[in-house]
Amino acid sequence: MEHHGELKHDPIISMRNVCKTYISEHKTNEVVRDVSLDVAENEFVVLFGPGQCGKTTMINLIAGLQLPTSGEVVVDGKKVTAPGPDRGVVYQTTALFPFCTVMGNVEFGPKSRGIDKKTRRERAEYFIKLVGLEGFEKSFPNQLSGGMRQRVGIARAYANDPKVMLMDEPFGHLDAQTRYMMEAELEKIWQKEKRTVVFVTNNSEEAVYLADRIIILTNTPTHIKEEIKVDLPRPRQYSDPAFLEIRRKIEEICDDTL
Amino acid sequence: MKRKFDLEKTVYAVAAIAFFFLLWWFLTTFTPVKETTPGPIEVLQLLVSSFYTPIGNKVIIGHLLVSLRRVLVGFSVATIIGIVLGIAMGTSRWAEAIFKPIFELLRPIPPIAWISLVILFFGIGETSKYILCGIGAFTNVTLNAYTGAQNVDPELIGCARMLGTSERDIFFRVILPSCTPQIFAGMQVALSTSWMAVLAAEMVGAQEGCGWMIQRGSDTLNITLVMVGMIVIGLVGMLLATLMRTIERRLCSWNIMEN
Repeated sequence: MEHHGELKHDPIISMRNVCKTYISEHKTNEVVRDVSLDVAENEFVVLFGPGQCGKTTMINLIAGLQLPTSGEVVVDGKKVTAPGPDRGVVYQTTALFPFCTVMGNVEFGPKSRGIDKKTRRERAEYFIKLVGLEGFEKSFPNQLSGGMRQRVGIARAYANDPKVMLMDEPFGHLDAQTRYMMEAELEKIWQKEKRTVVFVTNNSEEAVYLADRIIILTNTPTHIKEEIKVDLPRPRQYSDPAFLEIRRKIEEICDDTL
Repeated sequence: MKRKFDLEKTVYAVAAIAFFFLLWWFLTTFTPVKETTPGPIEVLQLLVSSFYTPIGNKVIIGHLLVSLRRVLVGFSVATIIGIVLGIAMGTSRWAEAIFKPIFELLRPIPPIAWISLVILFFGIGETSKYILCGIGAFTNVTLNAYTGAQNVDPELIGCARMLGTSERDIFFRVILPSCTPQIFAGMQVALSTSWMAVLAAEMVGAQEGCGWMIQRGSDTLNITLVMVGMIVIGLVGMLLATLMRTIERRLCSWNIMEN
């Protein structure tokens, strides 16, 4: 059983009173309203919320791809002002480089940061093996299935050795069966290579399966509705009554929201 | 399965060409067309003899090499400038604002229209011929590089930034490879355009080349020579297009394997 206990150290991700409002000529659109969230090192946090809430915006704010209108995001003691390799992103669309092979994709980050060829090759090989894609190093993304592409995305993020991993509905486009398989895979990978993960989903089953802690978000303007700790032993069973009980609780809270 | 299909296609292709030659032969043997037009046998005879009997100052291979050099130099220089300008316009709003209107204005002007100006500025030497061959290629490559660069997936650029890639590397490792297929499509058309422009280029005080052969044939009312020039230009153009497709298949395999 995993014990994360209370936050003994400084949180690795800290969002403080973060607001995000898009202002265009004709209207203002408030997407995130006053979110404060701390994530501990090696904690697996799931952001759970309805379809069009600001989940992706939350990920982009931590990633530094967007900047908050007010408040601040601090990762590993540094205020986030731009994208950077200390945060690895796994995208729903995979965003693999179509012109790079699997190896080229996984190596992309380390190569960008000037890590020598031998070291980065070894790292890439290790993570390609970890996600179960041995033998596909020379394949191009369009030769792979959806699940395999997501594996490449995960390996690519890991190979760059980020402090935190941001996963934006990575399994959202997959069929149900592949999705179950990928959830189990991700759990295994994470157990082996612990990282701080912020994982976005709108699937309560996925949330309970993966999370140490589930943050339930409201519709836009998004704020934190409630937090649920998941203390079930891993790997979790989808049909375990305790598992189903947590799912039921999440759905209850969400019904209120609407 | 696939081979059988290809065989069928080849049979049709050969039959179509054979039919074309038969029709040509028939028209120039049994109809009044024969008064003005040489038949296929006459043309082929001249084509074969031109391999050892010089036309003007060169045998046909010599003319061909001269023309190829003009086209390849013009095409290569135009391609490099086109890629740089096109990507600049596609990625920088400033470059787009400055160059796009000029480019759009110059684009529709056919290479032949430039002849007088080019002679005025560059004389009747080789430079003029390179320029005339390059003009058509330049517009094609620029346009394709421009649209290619505009359509680079912004998520890929964001992703590269997240991975810690410098702006310079983003250009060389994300933007450039992203638009390679589109640039190649442009280069294919561009090479054909350059090759077609060789005729215009060799109207400018040339003493040799395939275009010159046609010019010379037309000046001396030697229609057979004109047709030999046409056949050579056609054949070589076809070969060049095939060559480009082969290179493209190699370089852009990631894009083509989709099906």
